[in-house]
Amino acid sequence: MSAADLLAGCLRAVCGARLLPAAALPPGPAIWFANHSSHLDFAIIWAALPGPWRAKVRPVAGRDYWEAGPLRRWLARRVFHAVLIERQRVTVANNPLEPMLAALDAGDALIVFPEGTRSRDGTLQPFKAGLYHLARARPTIPLVPVYLDNLNRILPKGDFLPVPLLAGVHAGPPIRLGEGESRELFLGRARQAVLEAAQNHFP
Amino acid sequence: MIPDQKTLWLLGGIAGLLLIASLVTFILKRRAGGAPGPVILNLDARVKAWWVMVLVFSLALLTGGTGSVILFALISFLALREFVTLTPTRPGDHRTLFWAFFVLVPLHYFIVWLQWYGLFAILIPVYAYVLLPIRSAAAGDCERFLERSAKTQWGLMVCVYFLSHAPALLMLPLPGPEGANARLLIFLVLVVQLSDVLQYVWGKLLGRRKIAPTLSPNKTLEGFVGGAASATAVGAALWWATPFNPWQAAVLALIITLMGFFGGLVMSAIKRDRGVKDFGSMIEGHGGMLDRMDSLCFAAPVFFHLVRYFFT
Repeated sequence: MSAADLLAGCLRAVCGARLLPAAALPPGPAIWFANHSSHLDFAIIWAALPGPWRAKVRPVAGRDYWEAGPLRRWLARRVFHAVLIERQRVTVANNPLEPMLAALDAGDALIVFPEGTRSRDGTLQPFKAGLYHLARARPTIPLVPVYLDNLNRILPKGDFLPVPLLAGVHAGPPIRLGEGESRELFLGRARQAVLEAAQNHFP
Repeated sequence: MIPDQKTLWLLGGIAGLLLIASLVTFILKRRAGGAPGPVILNLDARVKAWWVMVLVFSLALLTGGTGSVILFALISFLALREFVTLTPTRPGDHRTLFWAFFVLVPLHYFIVWLQWYGLFAILIPVYAYVLLPIRSAAAGDCERFLERSAKTQWGLMVCVYFLSHAPALLMLPLPGPEGANARLLIFLVLVVQLSDVLQYVWGKLLGRRKIAPTLSPNKTLEGFVGGAASATAVGAALWWATPFNPWQAAVLALIITLMGFFGGLVMSAIKRDRGVKDFGSMIEGHGGMLDRMDSLCFAAPVFFHLVRYFFT
């Protein structure tokens, strides 16, 4: 058992989350997209993935937040191997899509939060266009919807003290961009897939 | 602590019961051949989980009190966690819940460990009940305020205060040699859990008439009567391990059994209202911690106070 396995096991125990069943997960590179309400969101998806999937997964996070201060920078770069993207001053030179596509092409999987930022009350916000651009640039890579339950109660936005409730990590069946599917249609469908994953309780 | 002869007999008896249960499960699995049904698989999981629970409980008891207090503190923590997870709260309750989990649970059990009866009796019903709504009010969110306060307080009452009366038995000044308190704790836990098990067994064997169809569709009149009667008989037969004479032991065992039964119904009502079958899934075959402890939560305080009033 590696240190990562141990850390993931501890995280699952502390948050009461279960390992996702390997049989239901797509092999190879994938894009995991989830609702976002807590700093623990990435960590709990990471911990709920079985070992081989966990070793390949990298979170996509906002450069502005994760490069403010040495601790955040260290966490993002060294611990989580995050793919940091520009959220504010997007230009041709720093197109946020580039580092994500580079990671996918290198065989990594991505965790993205298409709402763009953490939701305050736990309701699912409209999705930003990034997921659509990713799907269009790499149409063969499966997009797996994940619903995170209770994370906004465990460690809500704006608080630093956690409450030890039971978290749920529910993955739905992968989706793909349809032939000629419009941006609005696809983003709506993706958002719906996350909501439907909430009902998907693995035994 | 070196356990005395009677305690060893009790623990040995429990191990013997589990051996029989394992043997019966083994035979049932054999007879089912390659494909045992869900009931047998569940029975198998339950019996295995019982071995673990009995082992943990016995080891904690053998440390002479401290271990039992820590064990029940942990159980309370996990039970409260399942309870609050299932009851919706709002962001304004976040800090209140932090206090409940990380201050009140440890503090309450520390007082149990100190054997300070006066503060043990009032910490949660007085101080926690006063302080928790104050903290929630300070967060400034009025929506469903009474409901939210009531839920937090009730969760703390059932999962922490009620349950802590089981290890609190260790603080009662009982007459007689040492070890009597530990045996009283075993008596309570054994009767309450055996009553659950026997109700399940009697219900599976001859259960016909549903006793509380809206609350607990699996509970039957036959299971309840058979389970209560046989658990009471076992309790009476264990009088030699307690400060009671046989009929006192029988009456107390019956009360424990009834409180346990009604505790299970009350907690079922909460589960049905929230639309779930179990509080959690941490104990294989049994559901969550609170599913296993619901009957003990309601039996422990009544048993504690009856013993305290009549036998000390």
